[in-house]
Amino acid sequence: MEIVERLLKGDAGAAARLISMAEDEDPRAVKALSALHAHTGKAQIIGVTGPPGAGKSTVIDQAVKVYRKKGCKVGILAIDPTSPFTGGAILGDRIRMQQHSTDPGVFIRSMGTRGWTGGLSKGTASAIKILDALGMDPIIVETVGAGQSEVEIVRSAHSVLIVEVPGLGDDIQAFKAGILEIGDVFVVNKADREGADKAVAELRAMLETCQEPRAWAPPVLKASARDGAGIGEVVDALDSHFAFIKQSGAKDLKDRASAEREFMEVLRDRLAKYITEKVVRKGEFDALVERILRRQLDPYSAAEKLLEPIEKGK
Amino acid sequence: MERKIRVLIAKPGLDGHDRGAKVVARALRDAGFEVIYTGLHQTPEQIVSTAVQEDVDAIGLSCLSGAHMTLFPRVVELLRERGADDIIVSGGGIVPEEDVPKLKTAGIAAVFGPGTPLKDIVEFHKKALRKR
Repeated sequence: MEIVERLLKGDAGAAARLISMAEDEDPRAVKALSALHAHTGKAQIIGVTGPPGAGKSTVIDQAVKVYRKKGCKVGILAIDPTSPFTGGAILGDRIRMQQHSTDPGVFIRSMGTRGWTGGLSKGTASAIKILDALGMDPIIVETVGAGQSEVEIVRSAHSVLIVEVPGLGDDIQAFKAGILEIGDVFVVNKADREGADKAVAELRAMLETCQEPRAWAPPVLKASARDGAGIGEVVDALDSHFAFIKQSGAKDLKDRASAEREFMEVLRDRLAKYITEKVVRKGEFDALVERILRRQLDPYSAAEKLLEPIEKGK
Repeated sequence: MERKIRVLIAKPGLDGHDRGAKVVARALRDAGFEVIYTGLHQTPEQIVSTAVQEDVDAIGLSCLSGAHMTLFPRVVELLRERGADDIIVSGGGIVPEEDVPKLKTAGIAAVFGPGTPLKDIVEFHKKALRKR
């Protein structure tokens, strides 16, 4: 495929088009992605999450500077919410990163969640692969502004950076389950503001008391992303974490789990499609839905009835 | 497969008046578009590079500084250089009547001056789907 060849030669336009096709579920994207698979699995994938307005985009903007100085090519996927009512979205994360927009070693793509919950978007997994094949390393995924349970990123990323800010709540917030459990590196941004040291202390206390001892102790750092202070240390910590999981074998486990999940998802999609297109006669599906709706049939028995011939036949 | 229309709203040049750009961005959002907003003070190079990475179908430029005759055609020119001149470019802001035909000759598909109904801008962009 022409688009695959162009992408493997480093054509950003080809990567951009392929991401759109994957997001729109264009059948051509499947072919391209299967051709790309062999060229992926090289990059460090970093998830960045935290509450809206904490400064995730600004932290990333400054981290890109550090990575560029080290000679890395950086891919960024910035996810913002899609309206559940109109399907529209304002994608504004890259406002903070526009200084890198003409740098050929940086690729930034904004994505709408398009009905996905958990902080990521429908096309995120495919977009990660595409940027990986384009030769970007690291690939930084910025989730939507997260509340307490947008933890989906932990499944896609090797390292998760949590951006917090001073003054968001007392130590009870830090005790709760959810987002704070998935951090590999923590940074209290806007550290020039009052309460930064208290926020750092509370996060450290949470990490020390609330979790079973782990081989990796997540560092809690301070930064002021507006002027870049402390960002070098954040990048160093992400590097150390990646080296650590490579050495401990945790990276292999993570990669294996995500390969398994991806395969299951593809199987499930294909199977559902096969059943609704090939097994069910035209109109039969709607008729079954109608009967389920009228409580004449339950969904479990309906599924059983549909799958019976397949299970018997093979 | 659902084809979502993506529009880049950008402010080239040095003026800081982004109210119009934001109103248009919001209207397009409410019409179901994905709107990429880049903020103030963008160079044509930044705008075109962003448009390529974001694979947008259209670009809306807003300029109130009077530099539209330089900045708008420059965006079209750079798109051509990148092989992305199938992206539809429109402009808005304070553009004198006599400049409009010149901008259209330079490849700006439409100019939306003050008082343009938002509905017109939305309808214009509904037809902006790029061929894939």
